Amino acid sequence: MSDILGKLEEEKVFKDPVHRYIHVRDRLIWELIGTREFQRLRRIRQLGTTYLTFHGAEHTRFNHSLGVYEIMRRIIENFNGREHWDENERLVCLSAALLHDIGHGPFSHSFEKVFNTDHEEWTRRIILGSSEINLVLRKAGSDFPEKVSNVIAKTYANKLVVSLISSQIDADRMDYLQRDAYYTGVSYGHFDMERILRVMRPTEEQAVFKQSGMHAVEDYIMSRYQMYWQVYFHPVTRSAEVILSKILQRAKHLYQQNYQFKQAPVHFYSLFNEKLSLADYLKLDEAIIMYYFQIWQDEEDRILHDLCVRFNDRKLFKYVEFNPSKQMNDWPKLIDLFRQANIDPEYYLVIDSSSDLPYDFYRPGEEEERIPIFLLTPAGDLRELSRESDVVEAISGKKRTDHKLYFPLDILNDETEYKDVKRQIKALLFK
Amino acid sequence: MLNDHAKIMALIRDAGEVIGRKKLQKMIYIAKKINFPFQERYNFHFYGPYSEELTLRIEEMCNLGFVAETKEKKGGYFQYRYVLTEAGSNFLEISHLHMPKLKEFSLDINEKSSRFLELVSTLLYFDHLTQEEQIEKVHTLKGKLNYSETEISEAFDYIEQLKQFIQ
Repeated sequence: MSDILGKLEEEKVFKDPVHRYIHVRDRLIWELIGTREFQRLRRIRQLGTTYLTFHGAEHTRFNHSLGVYEIMRRIIENFNGREHWDENERLVCLSAALLHDIGHGPFSHSFEKVFNTDHEEWTRRIILGSSEINLVLRKAGSDFPEKVSNVIAKTYANKLVVSLISSQIDADRMDYLQRDAYYTGVSYGHFDMERILRVMRPTEEQAVFKQSGMHAVEDYIMSRYQMYWQVYFHPVTRSAEVILSKILQRAKHLYQQNYQFKQAPVHFYSLFNEKLSLADYLKLDEAIIMYYFQIWQDEEDRILHDLCVRFNDRKLFKYVEFNPSKQMNDWPKLIDLFRQANIDPEYYLVIDSSSDLPYDFYRPGEEEERIPIFLLTPAGDLRELSRESDVVEAISGKKRTDHKLYFPLDILNDETEYKDVKRQIKALLFK
Repeated sequence: MLNDHAKIMALIRDAGEVIGRKKLQKMIYIAKKINFPFQERYNFHFYGPYSEELTLRIEEMCNLGFVAETKEKKGGYFQYRYVLTEAGSNFLEISHLHMPKLKEFSLDINEKSSRFLELVSTLLYFDHLTQEEQIEKVHTLKGKLNYSETEISEAFDYIEQLKQFIQ
């Protein structure tokens, strides 16, 4: 046990475009990085289908996980010796930071919806189950995997530790905002992380920020706000995500109908049956999925073929803004017209809502919903950020919501068949 | 169209009025645990099971005018009340939802306090553990709320009672 808790003879460093260097000195961390489950993250993109909108967004959950670890390492360095910080939690924190995304699968957002899986549950199973990661963690103590799992699941007794990896300003968000900004090439996601880390202070239940650093925290909140609309919620990415979901839905449907695929989709069988073992899950990555999307282009099934071609060739659906309140009576008409035009509305007419995406805005935490960000005054009082900052007050909790209707405009514009019906559809969509 | 939103609207309609965001969060979580077909993803937060997806959906329904949210000051914080609007009722009429027992469940659970539902939902979150371990989790994670043995016992009794609504 002592060996795994010790230091490497020489520090290892990873070059990183966001943090310049990622420093590893703990043998435990080094061994975790070398496990097959962690290496698998190299084959899972951080931003799923965003690369179809921002071509640079090819970075993976591997890069991000190392980045979160590095930020956590620096937070702990700053906390060392301060009141409320227990240095015995250091390796638990670092391991949890490194492994917080270990359960993500390929294109996990769409996957989870279609196949009813949950990356948090897979994280738990990888850490506690039969895996190389579990073997490494157990070397640090028989209860060590459970501790790491609890931190990630936010059920760990030490709430300060949980808050460092999962709160409204944590190591995870600080890395992904900067990393996603860097790789997408947008200019919005940058903020002064050095300053934030310098003014971060531990309290009994969460990290707080010296009031003198408020402007750096404001900058972070603004970055989060901008990235939401400019990157995470980009309508073209949402279109790609819609098609991806529909491919998976169609493939599952065909399997359930005993459709004979030209090549048996063996990697999907346990997913289709919703009886996925850990070993099966770990075999899935984006290379496998993209392989099937390639071969399904040659399938006889017209819908599966078409959707795969759309995804691979980036022939995405178009969209219009849709107000379900004002247009609730249009919906049944559209469904009916799509059927008349021989276009299956189940796959070709999709409402996508802002709540379908997993990103959130800063909320001041009214009525004990979520813990807000607190500023620490020179007198030692804690004040909620949005009550001190006009900038944050102006944007916090005021999320714009929207609903978009996605459809294949190219099919509607092809008037060789069902010309009149298609014109009626377009009249409804673009009215 | 917006089926998952419609299910939440149906619960608010059946409850009549829900007071408190936290309470609404816990009501849907508990409903989901007894297999009502709510799809919102939950994970554990400071105050127990919490779904960001649900928060967003409620905002959307308020912005669409399907649900009315009233903000009122209570002590040192704001409290929110939710009722279904006429537009929401109209929307539900075209949604063709079939959720048997939802009305009885909603009325029943809406009688309980937010504090009690926080306890019930926390126990349910750890329902894969033994009863002793569940209680230990409550004391570890909810230490400041000082739940009494009586409250915990009542919560377990209530979980038993909920079985009548299991879908």
